[in-house]
Amino acid sequence: MLVAFLLIGVGGATALALTAFRKNIMYFYSPTQVAAGAAANAHVFRLGGLVKKGTIQKSNNGLTTRFVVTDHAHNVPVVYTGILPDLFRAGQGVVVHGRLGSKGVFTADQVLAKHDATYMPPTVKRALKTAQTAPSTSPRS
Amino acid sequence: MIPELGHFALVLALCIAFAQATLPLIGVKRGNDVLMGFARPAAIAQFAFIAIAFGALAYSFAINDFTVAYVAANSNTHLPLIYRLTAVWGAHEGSLLLWVTILGCWTFAVAVFSRRLPQDVRASVLSVMAWVSIGFLLFMLLTSNPFTRQFPAPMQGRDLNPLLQDPGMVSHPPTLYMGYVGFSVAFAFAIAALIGGRLDAAWARWTRPWTTAAWLFLTVGITLGSWWSYRELGWGGWWFWDPVENASFMPWLVGTALIHSLSVTEKRGAFKSWTVLLAICAFSLSLLGTFLVRSGVLVSVHAFSEDPKRGIFILGFLSAVVGAAMLLYAVRAPLLKSDVAEVRWFSREGLLLLNNVLLVVAAGAVLLGTLYPIVLSGFDFGKISVGPPYFNTVFVPLFAPLVVLVGFAMVVRWRHGGNARDVWRRLRLPLGLAVLVGVLLPWWGVGASTLAVTAALIMALWAIFSALAEPVRRFRHHGAGWAGLARTPRGVWGMTLAHCGLGITIIGITLASAYSIRHDVSLKPGQSAEVHGYTFRLENTSQYHGPNYQANTADIAVGRDGHQYTVLHPQKRYYDGQMGNAYTEAGIDWHPTYDLYASLGDRAPDGGWSMRLYYKPFVSWIWYGGLIMGLGGALAASDRRYRLALRASARERDLAAALDPLLQS
Repeated sequence: MLVAFLLIGVGGATALALTAFRKNIMYFYSPTQVAAGAAANAHVFRLGGLVKKGTIQKSNNGLTTRFVVTDHAHNVPVVYTGILPDLFRAGQGVVVHGRLGSKGVFTADQVLAKHDATYMPPTVKRALKTAQTAPSTSPRS
Repeated sequence: MIPELGHFALVLALCIAFAQATLPLIGVKRGNDVLMGFARPAAIAQFAFIAIAFGALAYSFAINDFTVAYVAANSNTHLPLIYRLTAVWGAHEGSLLLWVTILGCWTFAVAVFSRRLPQDVRASVLSVMAWVSIGFLLFMLLTSNPFTRQFPAPMQGRDLNPLLQDPGMVSHPPTLYMGYVGFSVAFAFAIAALIGGRLDAAWARWTRPWTTAAWLFLTVGITLGSWWSYRELGWGGWWFWDPVENASFMPWLVGTALIHSLSVTEKRGAFKSWTVLLAICAFSLSLLGTFLVRSGVLVSVHAFSEDPKRGIFILGFLSAVVGAAMLLYAVRAPLLKSDVAEVRWFSREGLLLLNNVLLVVAAGAVLLGTLYPIVLSGFDFGKISVGPPYFNTVFVPLFAPLVVLVGFAMVVRWRHGGNARDVWRRLRLPLGLAVLVGVLLPWWGVGASTLAVTAALIMALWAIFSALAEPVRRFRHHGAGWAGLARTPRGVWGMTLAHCGLGITIIGITLASAYSIRHDVSLKPGQSAEVHGYTFRLENTSQYHGPNYQANTADIAVGRDGHQYTVLHPQKRYYDGQMGNAYTEAGIDWHPTYDLYASLGDRAPDGGWSMRLYYKPFVSWIWYGGLIMGLGGALAASDRRYRLALRASARERDLAAALDPLLQS
C-alpha cells in the first residue's frame, strides 16, 4: 500500500519534472547559427557573442539601447529597453535573451554580462571559436 | 618566511591527516585501543597546523606581502583591512584553504565533544574525516597552492573583486562552507556505521545535533547569499536559479530530508539504510557544489582547459569519494535492518517518508536542470540553458504538498498516527486562522490578490499557525502555563521556529514575486517618477570618494502624499585598478512590509540618468524566514537530550567495562 502510494508519487513528480524540462529548455545560438536559419522556428532563445565595437547607440533618454552582437563572422542587430548590466560594453562578451523580429532585429528582454571582468561566457567563447575555425565563413568584422 | 611556514604547516597537516586516516581504522579492525586512541590527538594536531597555515595567509594579506602571488592578485594597499582579511577567501586557492580550515574546525569539534562516544565509532568517524581532508589538502598542494611566491614582486597588488567588498560577502562564504563541510560529519558517521555494521537509536542521537548544526549554517549561508545578490547585483532579484545557487540549494534540500529521516531512525529504528544514503548524498552534493562553483566546471566544461590538472583532480576526487561510499553502502547496507516491519502512511514516520520523497525529488529536479546543460555541451550536442521557468514549474507543485505536510508534524503520532478526530480538533483552529489571514493579508499589505497568491499564503500561514499550536497546547495543557513552556524541550522549540521560518520565507517569496512593481526610468535632476504611490524624485547627483573607489551618487527623495519620506543614495562605483568597470550599489529603504529600491544605470545623452526603481512588498521576509529557520536549527542542535544521550551511552559502556571481568571469570 505504502509502496504503491510512493511509486505513484515519485512517478508523478518525475513526469512533472521531465515535462517542465522539455517545455522550458532554452536554446543558445551564435550569430552564425542565426544567419544560417537555425533559430528560424525558435520562439524565445539566447543569442551570444561580442558587442561589436562602435555599434552601441543610446536613445536620447538613455533607456533604449541598440547594438550589434557579432561572432566576427556574422552580425545580429539587437534592441533592448531597460537598464544595462554593469559590465556591458563594446568588445565584451554578452548573452541576450529574447526573440528575433521579422526584420532580423533581435528584441532582447534581458541582457547578461557576467560579474567577472575577465570572464567570457563559455558559450560565447565556444561560438567565437567555431565561427573562426569554420571553413565556409569568411571573417568580416 | 611566513608564507613558507604556512606552506610547511599544510604539508605537516597532510602527513598527520594520512596517519589519522589510516592508523585508527587499523585499530578498529584489530580492536587495538592504542591505534584507535590515536585519532583524537591527531585530529587536534591536524587542526592546529591548518590554523597556522590559514593564519599565515591572513597575515600575508594584512601586511600586503605581494611576493605571494595569490595576495598580489586579490588585494592591494588601498583595500581596508577588513576586506584584505576576507580577501583570503576571495578566489580559488584561498577558498580551498578556508574549506580545509573549516573541515579542521569540525574535526576538532568532533574530537573534543566526542569523548563519550564509543572508542571505535569515534576512531572511524575521525578517520573518515581525515580521508576527506587528505583529498582537499592534496588538491591544494598539488594544483592550487595559495602560498606560491612570485619574483620580482609587484609594487601594488591587483584588487579584490569589488562585488566581494561588501559585509554580506564577508560572512556569506564562511557560513556557507560551515554548512557544506558540516555535512562531512554526518557523512563520516554514516560511513562509520557502515564499517561497524551497527546503526541504532544511539547512533542517530549522536548524528542528529551535528547534522542539524551543519544544516543551520547552510540555511543561514544561503540566506546571506541571497541578501547579498539583492543588494549588490543591481537587479533587485534575490534568487536566479543560477547554477551557483543551485549548487548550495541541492545539499540543503537533501540535508533537510536527512534531518527528518534521522528523527525516524532515532525514534522508530526505521529507514536506517535510507538515512545513511541521504547522509552520503548530502555530503556528495556539498562536494559537487564546492567544486562546481570554485573550479569553474559549472560555468563551463571548458574551464577545465585553463588548468586541466585541477579539473581532472576534482573529477577524480569526487568519483573516489562518491564511488567508495556507494560501494561500501552497497556491500554493507543490507546489514542495517529496520526495527519496524511495516510503516503506515498515516503516522508520523509515514508522513516524514513522504516529506523525504518530495525533498529528494526536488533535489533531483534541480540536479537535472543544473547538470544537463553541462553534460550536453560537454558532448557537443548543442547548447541549451534551463532557466527559472523550468525550476518554478517543477518547484511549486513539489513544495506545496510539503508545506501542507508541515502542519501535521506535531499532531500525527508515531506508529499509528492517532485518532483522526483528535488530529482535526487540534488543527482546525490553525487552519481557520490561516484561511482568514491568507485572504486578508494581501488586501491589507499590497491591496490586491489572486487565487494562486491566496492559496500560497494560506499554505504558508498554515505552516506557521500549526507550528505555533504546539507551544500553545503545552501552555494550556492542564493549566501548565509558563511552566509548561519552560519544560518544552529545545528540540520542539527548534522545530516550531524552523517551520515558522519556512512559512515566513514563503510569504516573502509569494508577495515579492507577485506584487513587485518595477520601473526603468530616465530622470534629470528635479524630475520624478511614481511607483505604487511613492514619488521618486532625483534631487541631484554628486561625486563621492570612497577609500578605494570613486562613485557617482544620486540623491533620490522618496515621498508619498506630498511629504518626504526618505532619501535613497544609490551609487555607481568605479574601483581603483578595475579598468573603469562600474559597480552598482543599490539604495534601499528597508521597511517591515516593503522595500523601496533604486539602482543607478548610466548617464543618458540628454543629461538624465537611467535608473531602476522598485516597490517590493514583504521582500525582507524571505531573509527573516531564513534566519528564523537557522535559529530553530540552533535550538534543536543544542537540545539537552543529545548531551544526555552521550552521557548515558558512556555510562552503559563504563558499566559494561566494569561487568566484563566479572562475566569472564
